[in-house]
Amino acid sequence: MLWYVIRRLLLIIPTLLGLSVIVFAIARLLPGDPVGLAAGPNATPEVIASVAAEFGLDKPIPVQYWNYLTGLLQGDWGVSLFSRRPVAADLAEFVPATLELVIAALLIAVIVGIPLGLLAAIWRDGIFDYLTRTVSLGAIAMPRFFLGLLLQLAFAMALNWLPLSGRFPLIEFPPERITGFYTVDAILIGDWHALGVALQHLALPALALSLSPLATILRMMRASTIEVLQQDYILTERALGIPSWIILFKYTLRNAVSATLTVIGLYVSWLLGGTVLVETIFDWPGIGLYSTQAILGQDFMPVIGVTLVIAMIYLVTSVIVDILQAVLNPKVRLQ
Amino acid sequence: MALLDISDLHLSMRSFEGETPILKGIDLTVERGQIWGVVGETGSGKSLTGLTISRLLPNTTARYTGGQVLFDGKDVLRAGERDMRALRGGRIGMIFQDPTTNLNPSFRIGTQMVDAALHAARDKPAILGLTGRESRRARRRAAWQASVALLESFGLHDAEDRMARFPHEFSGGMRQRVLIAMAMIGQPDLLIADEPTTALDVSVQSQILRLIHRLVEERNIGVMFITHNLGVVAQLCSHVAVMYRGRIVERGPVSKVLKAPEHIYTRALMDAIPTARAQMDTLRGIDWPLRDRIEAEIAATAKEVTA
Ligand SMILES: Nc1ncnc2c1ncn2[C@@H]1O[C@H](COP(=O)(O)OP(=O)(O)OP(=O)(O)O)[C@@H](O)[C@H]1O
Ligand SMILES: [Mg+2]
Repeated sequence: MLWYVIRRLLLIIPTLLGLSVIVFAIARLLPGDPVGLAAGPNATPEVIASVAAEFGLDKPIPVQYWNYLTGLLQGDWGVSLFSRRPVAADLAEFVPATLELVIAALLIAVIVGIPLGLLAAIWRDGIFDYLTRTVSLGAIAMPRFFLGLLLQLAFAMALNWLPLSGRFPLIEFPPERITGFYTVDAILIGDWHALGVALQHLALPALALSLSPLATILRMMRASTIEVLQQDYILTERALGIPSWIILFKYTLRNAVSATLTVIGLYVSWLLGGTVLVETIFDWPGIGLYSTQAILGQDFMPVIGVTLVIAMIYLVTSVIVDILQAVLNPKVRLQ
Repeated sequence: MALLDISDLHLSMRSFEGETPILKGIDLTVERGQIWGVVGETGSGKSLTGLTISRLLPNTTARYTGGQVLFDGKDVLRAGERDMRALRGGRIGMIFQDPTTNLNPSFRIGTQMVDAALHAARDKPAILGLTGRESRRARRRAAWQASVALLESFGLHDAEDRMARFPHEFSGGMRQRVLIAMAMIGQPDLLIADEPTTALDVSVQSQILRLIHRLVEERNIGVMFITHNLGVVAQLCSHVAVMYRGRIVERGPVSKVLKAPEHIYTRALMDAIPTARAQMDTLRGIDWPLRDRIEAEIAATAKEVTA
């Protein structure tokens, strides 16, 4: 088991290497003139040449790639053409923000979706089942930005319960940085006020982001529960007189969740790629906003960095999903 | 009082096309110490009869349109779900055809067996040597020990270790032993076995049959053994009931029925046994002209009864 995990994690490295070649090539070979954009419209050829030299862009692309790669290994992810800030520093700030949002959304989706899906299956074709079916269809179909706007209108503007946008009030200092996750850091240093403030800011964007995965997990969970309830072993368990709540919440639940787990894993990448609109509406300083700006500005070092980080998160998630799968389902052999 | 007394049981199943009568007047009495073989072609209603005794059919699709099923004098068709749950496991044990699909693949054997034992011990703590006032942990430990002992006595060596294993680590024959052990841990008075050896190879099959025979001798239980295999009936059963299209067309002691079958369908069944006897589980099909004669004979006997 441990060996399996180590091997899977080591396998991530060649995947990332290959990906970095592709992304680097695409970013550099795309038409466009990033150096000219960065140097400004009135730059003389000399200025442009000096900017190119400063960023190493005057060298052949393979050499540029090699320099980038050796830099990566030393924690140097390159420099943004615009802000002239190191990409590594930007990522350290924006990645935790997005991850916090995505994890919160996923937690909501799993914690609400799994029990509701189980109940919908138990009360199959009842009122509850029809209700969740209708609502989840709507939730899957509704665009996230629209949902975000609705939530803002209701909970921030009309009811004034929650902040409209942002990750933390501008006039306050966020909790001292340990992990970069405001909620986690607040708990680590025991600052309960900051935790409350961070959660209030997190609530609406996480909710907006969670609804579609929640609905999908619910539907998936309902289907796999119905499937499990038709299995022979459930009949055997009933014939043994085992109480129905044990059959449902112990013997059915584990099998149904293990079937749903794959979908949950897939949603991680969907969420990572889908935060842009939600981050825009809620003014959430994450990689969605960051990479949009970078792409529009042809600022390719950040683009490559963000792509590699998302790929890494996705690859690690798939290892975690496989491990969980093996824990839930003893027939899955890790090797 | 008979252990199981089914009289004039009628059952209809609802589906999209409407309601179809499936059981059309089943009469069957099982006493302790008897092993009833229930034979009949596929679709004749054997399994549904077995499931009815434990009331395991969904009440959304199954409708009982007549008759009664008395278990130890109690009418199970009119019993509440709570009463039924007390009967299941503790008074009526069931085993099914396919040992590969009847164990939950995600849980250790021990977990499933201990849950079965704990449930049965709620009404009958004595089966685990308890008085009913022990702590949860003491009850669990007793359930664990009783399970290990039962598995050992069923020929599973190192049962203590095996309890911690998952179903897929067992062979088919071992799984069926585990399933019989789970059905017997509550020390039921009636065992309903629905084709328990059909999915097993012949040598394992005879081990399972011997095990069931031993249970009847040691514990004086009644058994309803559903099968397609008249060879098995001849070896194991004391009595046999022949089902055809929702009715029992012939019943009686095995020696009598198999030696001198009275009903034309029983004779057809026996003729259909391949000459390499008992080696094959399935029967050769019955051809259509014969089917018409069987129908005619059944119609005639039905008229006699009503007349
Ligand atoms: N859930 C159900 N809904 C509707 N009809 C059913 C259902 N289950 C079984 N039946 C029908 O009831 C009849 C009897 O089924 P049953 O399973 O009792 O047959 P069987 O004698 O056990 O056959 P086999 O030897 O193949 O196991 C069949 O015609 C079958 O189509
Ligand atoms: Mg059957």
